[in-house]
Amino acid sequence: MTEHSDVQHASGAHASTRTYLVIAAVLTVITIVEVGVFYIPALHGILPPTLLILSAAKFALVVSFYMHLKYDHNLFRAVFIAPLTIAVAVIVGLLFLFRVF
Amino acid sequence: MSHAAVAHHTSTGLDNRKVAFWTFIGSECLLFGSLIATYLVYQGRSVSGPTTREILNIPLTSVSTFDLLMSSLAMVLALAAVQRGDRVWARVWLATTAALGAVFLGFQVYEFQHFVHEGLGFTTNLFGSTFFTLTGFHGAHVFVGVLWLTTLLIRSFQGKLGPEKSVNVEIAGLYWHFVDVVWIVIFTVVYLIQTTPLPAA
Amino acid sequence: MATTAMRHTPAVPQAPAGLWSWVTTTDHKRIGVLYGVTAFFFFLVGGLEALVIRLQLGAPGNTLVSAEFYNQLFTMHGTTMVFLAIMPLSAAFFNFIIPLQIGARDVAFPRLNAFSYWIFLLGGLFMNASFFVGPLFGAGSLSVAPNGGWFGYANLTSAQYSPGPNIDFWVLGLQILGIASLAAGFNFITTIINLRAPGMKLMRMPVFTWMSFVTQFLIITAFPVITIGLVFLMLDRVFGTTFYNVAAGGDVLLWQHLFWLFGHPEVYILILPAMGIVSEVLPTFSRKPLFGYAVVVYSGVLIGVVGWGVWAHHMFSTGLGPIADSVFSASTMLIAVPTGVKIFNWIGTMWGGRLEFRSPMLFAVGFISLFIIGGLSGVMHSSPPADLQQTDTYFVVAHFHYVLFGGAVFGLFAGMYYWWPKVFGHLLREGLGKLHFWLMFVGMNLTFFPMHFSGLLGMPRRIYTYGAELGLDTYNLISTVGAVLTGVALLVFIANVLASRRGAAAGANPWNAATLEWATDSPPPVYNFSVIPTIKDGLPLWRTGGMEPSPLPAVPPEPIHVPGGSIWPLCTAAGIIIVGIGALLHHSLWPSVAVALSGALVTVVSIFKWAFEPFEV
Repeated sequence: MTEHSDVQHASGAHASTRTYLVIAAVLTVITIVEVGVFYIPALHGILPPTLLILSAAKFALVVSFYMHLKYDHNLFRAVFIAPLTIAVAVIVGLLFLFRVF
Repeated sequence: MSHAAVAHHTSTGLDNRKVAFWTFIGSECLLFGSLIATYLVYQGRSVSGPTTREILNIPLTSVSTFDLLMSSLAMVLALAAVQRGDRVWARVWLATTAALGAVFLGFQVYEFQHFVHEGLGFTTNLFGSTFFTLTGFHGAHVFVGVLWLTTLLIRSFQGKLGPEKSVNVEIAGLYWHFVDVVWIVIFTVVYLIQTTPLPAA
Repeated sequence: MATTAMRHTPAVPQAPAGLWSWVTTTDHKRIGVLYGVTAFFFFLVGGLEALVIRLQLGAPGNTLVSAEFYNQLFTMHGTTMVFLAIMPLSAAFFNFIIPLQIGARDVAFPRLNAFSYWIFLLGGLFMNASFFVGPLFGAGSLSVAPNGGWFGYANLTSAQYSPGPNIDFWVLGLQILGIASLAAGFNFITTIINLRAPGMKLMRMPVFTWMSFVTQFLIITAFPVITIGLVFLMLDRVFGTTFYNVAAGGDVLLWQHLFWLFGHPEVYILILPAMGIVSEVLPTFSRKPLFGYAVVVYSGVLIGVVGWGVWAHHMFSTGLGPIADSVFSASTMLIAVPTGVKIFNWIGTMWGGRLEFRSPMLFAVGFISLFIIGGLSGVMHSSPPADLQQTDTYFVVAHFHYVLFGGAVFGLFAGMYYWWPKVFGHLLREGLGKLHFWLMFVGMNLTFFPMHFSGLLGMPRRIYTYGAELGLDTYNLISTVGAVLTGVALLVFIANVLASRRGAAAGANPWNAATLEWATDSPPPVYNFSVIPTIKDGLPLWRTGGMEPSPLPAVPPEPIHVPGGSIWPLCTAAGIIIVGIGALLHHSLWPSVAVALSGALVTVVSIFKWAFEPFEV
């Protein structure tokens, strides 16, 4: 029945529909929290780091589960993480060079 | 039935198209990274014209953000349906993903023309230039994604999107989720983390 | 796999003949030849530009060309040499050699490969058309070629200070060419990861393939950055956005950062393939394996990675501040280490070997000596205070020509002489090869060595003439003589190409080299290998049992499917060019939109045709 040749799925594990729905719920909750932080003046002191951490969490969840990277071959992770690291380093470097910090 | 399109032997056992596409996504990190870096570097430097505080609509954008997140859910459900050969639900979820993408674009169009109406145009100031270019590039990516998904939907109706074609859908999914992930960053960095001072309470 | 092919294909596939088969080719070997011929043509164009530059500068107060045309000459010389000559010459080798070195029948995406070539050809023609279409844009001259330098600094390139179409040609041309490089990058990364023969582990791959692999990663990460920088420039010019507009709060340095974030990895993109070539040639003509293979590979990788952290050393005179200056100075000095390591490994390869100074070896050894000189002046630049004197002078011109001409170009010629028999089936003539080398070696040094001195004496870059009282005459005259000599050397090479056509058949392995491409015929059959061998060693032809079967059967024992051609890569490329032409016309709204939309339509239709045509690799 299954067409899963060794080419299609290098790893066996798979998220289930239930997992996808749970992830979607978590993403929604995080988004609500983010917007909430934005609207609560008392939290504005820690707004940037809080939001960066929360959105990094959303990023990681979508990439790991929806894009299947958690279950996939290490190669895909390497091919994505290296340029991502360069991109983040470029952003941070330019922020320093333009004296945003 | 042959697995013709997929079953080529590769050194790693991984599909060529998936390898190429993840490489492409890596490349896109630099594309959007440069746009985001420019936006951040120029934040607060506009000498005139509207700034973020006056014009960004957080409630509206929260809804469109939620819409895009749900479209990612629809996409993974579409892929799962294609993989198990479920034609009906594959079509339902593909159509849903495309529709939610189109809704997102609708929100963007509304937002853009509203901003222009409020005095923030492409060339008004640094905020206008950087904002519209960054979100414009993102919106263009969403648009291409909607076209891609619609094409897959049509193929499905033609009976040409069986489980042996699931890699094609998976790659469309990778593209779609990446576009969603870029929006997660944009929503945070552009809309929620605004460095222009808040108006006094 | 071979099941569907069995019905109609002949037992041994032959390469198709005729012009149409070239226009629709998806064969990496043909695409490699196309790249090589086209790139060499542009190399001559760039060389001609250089010659005119040198003739103009040969004497003080010269009036061979106007200042305006001079600006176009040095801009196009740089842009052409970087994007239309060196990169595509490297691509010629990526295309022809990589699949053969890893034991593959072709690249992962043959049609995408063809697309890269056609976009390169059309993009190069697009940019060079600017020399002839001035009247179409109402210019007062025939030529409206790009004139803002190969690095196009803002805000000289703004609509205000560059009102004509010159910079538009530059921006659009580079965007088009960037597509070619990116597409090839995805293709070769996938190919090297996924299409290696059984047993061809990554650490058994030839160094040329390894260096090319690193190069492709640099391409796919660096090109998006300049894409965005160019987008900002075009938006500023066409729509009046404010990215590089100081009055609106913008910063012209943003352009420099975005450009050099791309530009520095770009120079490693230019040199790593040549370093890979040298790493193949030296062992073959020293009759000795490469000294420290793993170290050479890791050094190449390290150069690629650290190369991302040095870009602002091109900006030491822009007031970055002491912290930024120090950081980039340190990283620049650091990158000399893996580079130096490679040089020691090359010398170590030759040490104790049975050296044969055939033409490829001459160029490889020439590469080492000239690259060392270029590297030394580079290290001198790495100190910001010293660089403040050197920057924007001919000292820098000396530096980068030593590394790019003495380095990359000599390396590429080494590759040409080395792999010529594999590609064409016969050797280039040895006598003419040696003459070419020595004329080029002397010519190159005569041209660029004096520039170290004229530069330190204060001769600025990008000036179309200079006063007689500055004492720069002799240096410039020597450089000009050297340039002419270099031109003669190139003529000798062309003569060699023509004279050697009827040479004797070279056979599969005329150099008795070690790597897999030499296991198959010269030129290889359309299917590359009669059987895909299993590899047991990194030097499969030098070690007994290094590959199986050995030798390869003369005829394929099993039917081999060879993919057919496709016209859609060319059509897609044509569509993109039409969009570019539409963008060029941006001063007239409706014609511009009409042309651009037609181009978009052609592109989209071609992509759909491409996606849905039956094509099996």
